[in-house]
Amino acid sequence: MTAALLEVRDLGKRFGGFTALDTINLSLRAGERLGLIGPNGSGKSTLVNCLSGTLRHDSGSVRFDGRVMDGLPAHQRTRLGMARSFQLPKPFGSLSLADNIRIPLLYTVNARRHGRHLAPAELDGRCGELLQLVGLADKAGRRPRDLTQVEMRKLELARAMAAEPKLLIADEAMAGLSHSEVDDILALLSALNERGITVILIEHIMRAVMSFSERLIVLVAGRKIADGPPQEVTRNPDVVRAYIGE
Amino acid sequence: MRPATFWLAAVVVGAAFFGLSLQVPNQYYFQAGYVVLQYIVLATAWNILGGYTGYVNFGTAAFFALGAYSTVALYKLLPLPLPVLVMIGGGVSGVVGFGMGYLTLRLRGAFFSIATLALAVVMQTLITNWEFVGGSRGAYILRPAQVPLLGNYIIYLFLVMLVLSVLAIGIARSIERSRLGFGFAAIRDDEQAAEAAGVPTLRLKLAATTLSGALMGMAGAPLPYYVTYLDPASGFNLAYAVNSIAMPLIGGMTSWVGPLIGALFLGTVQQLATVTISSALNLLIVGLLLVAFVVIAPNGIVGLFNAFLASIRERGLRKHWKRAGGDAVRRESPR
Repeated sequence: MTAALLEVRDLGKRFGGFTALDTINLSLRAGERLGLIGPNGSGKSTLVNCLSGTLRHDSGSVRFDGRVMDGLPAHQRTRLGMARSFQLPKPFGSLSLADNIRIPLLYTVNARRHGRHLAPAELDGRCGELLQLVGLADKAGRRPRDLTQVEMRKLELARAMAAEPKLLIADEAMAGLSHSEVDDILALLSALNERGITVILIEHIMRAVMSFSERLIVLVAGRKIADGPPQEVTRNPDVVRAYIGE
Repeated sequence: MRPATFWLAAVVVGAAFFGLSLQVPNQYYFQAGYVVLQYIVLATAWNILGGYTGYVNFGTAAFFALGAYSTVALYKLLPLPLPVLVMIGGGVSGVVGFGMGYLTLRLRGAFFSIATLALAVVMQTLITNWEFVGGSRGAYILRPAQVPLLGNYIIYLFLVMLVLSVLAIGIARSIERSRLGFGFAAIRDDEQAAEAAGVPTLRLKLAATTLSGALMGMAGAPLPYYVTYLDPASGFNLAYAVNSIAMPLIGGMTSWVGPLIGALFLGTVQQLATVTISSALNLLIVGLLLVAFVVIAPNGIVGLFNAFLASIRERGLRKHWKRAGGDAVRRESPR
């Protein structure tokens, strides 16, 4: 068995008296497609925030790519290869789409190259390629405010991709999108996965999760209650109870 | 334009401006010009933190006065040439900027601004109670009447401030399209997203406060020689803080041109008002202009100009489509 890319041990996070995450354990192989589901308020986004460094977890530890990530600020985790998209797209509103992509290129790819920075022409080329990948190349000079919701999500993914991640955490990249738009994003994520990027997909749209994931994890009230192949997990009585009730 | 070319152009424009200024026979021109130039430095410095990075600093007067008071302190200790004093003033304010940044940058939005205001009050209290630099009585500085080559000392002060303006604008312009500038813009737009994109936000914010503070200190260092009598109330005058916010706001905050235009415009209007109407009217003018600009041109003069350019381009394209038969490829105008 190959070593795990991501190894989470007994992860815990509290907000005051409220336990948002309770001893979460999970491990992820390189190249895997993991779905993460759970009812509203079950701790999915908190887990993402703890993994990506936006929040500090209180207990347990996160190992990524052979390194302990505990206490590392978010930007260092991104540089080490863990990229995320936000549930509500957070584009850099005053910058063009190309410049939105340029920022992670300047701050992650260039930072990894130790002085051998990308030449300006190379940078422009990469911005173009990434926008091409998500189908936004013809809008490279536009501002994010001119985009539709689905385009905004694509920009969010392109920006995460620009950091050349090993692991991509897509936090509800499809919420509020139409049927065909969901397919668009799914196709995009699958294409990224085929390039060897491990993907964690957090999603409410079951159709998307079921078709994309190789493995499914269910969070309920900050606890992991199921972990396994999607078909099995959705038949798990605990999961059914959490979603539908007794 | 490449940064090196821009620096060269800025120096040439500065030199030409100085050459032209020397033709003005009236000394008052230099007296008033110094103030306008000083505001170019202050507005540009403020904009590095406020416009580029999005952190509104109400404490300009503190950094400015610290530069001025380091000159006063050194004047009493050992006589140094003005350019050295400028460097030292910049250094002191830069260090304080770094310290303030370290203490306050975890605060966002209005809370950061309030903290900078508090810093200004604390600094003023400290200086007012520091007997060595004159305390609340103030300090007198004797300046030489003449300097070699230039003649009157005020021309020398004018030149020093002109050099600082060129320096500040050159720095601001170099930052704008650099890695640092993109990092600043990312922080301004969304700090969480910036972190997620690999931008070390805390380090960059510290760089911005340090640089901004240092430039403000440099602008303040020659002040004692300009006024020859400096007391805390005038050094920490609210007008410095208000003006250095108003000028980028009126000119436009996203590029180096904005603070320059704002400072030239507002600074000149204020100087004119001072001699023609009354010096007390200055802040009223600033207030009225601010209200007018927030309503009419929220992106400042530069924003107004860009919108105008965009509308011309749009019109041109529309004509082009019509000629091309209407449904030819509908090219979107950039922005």
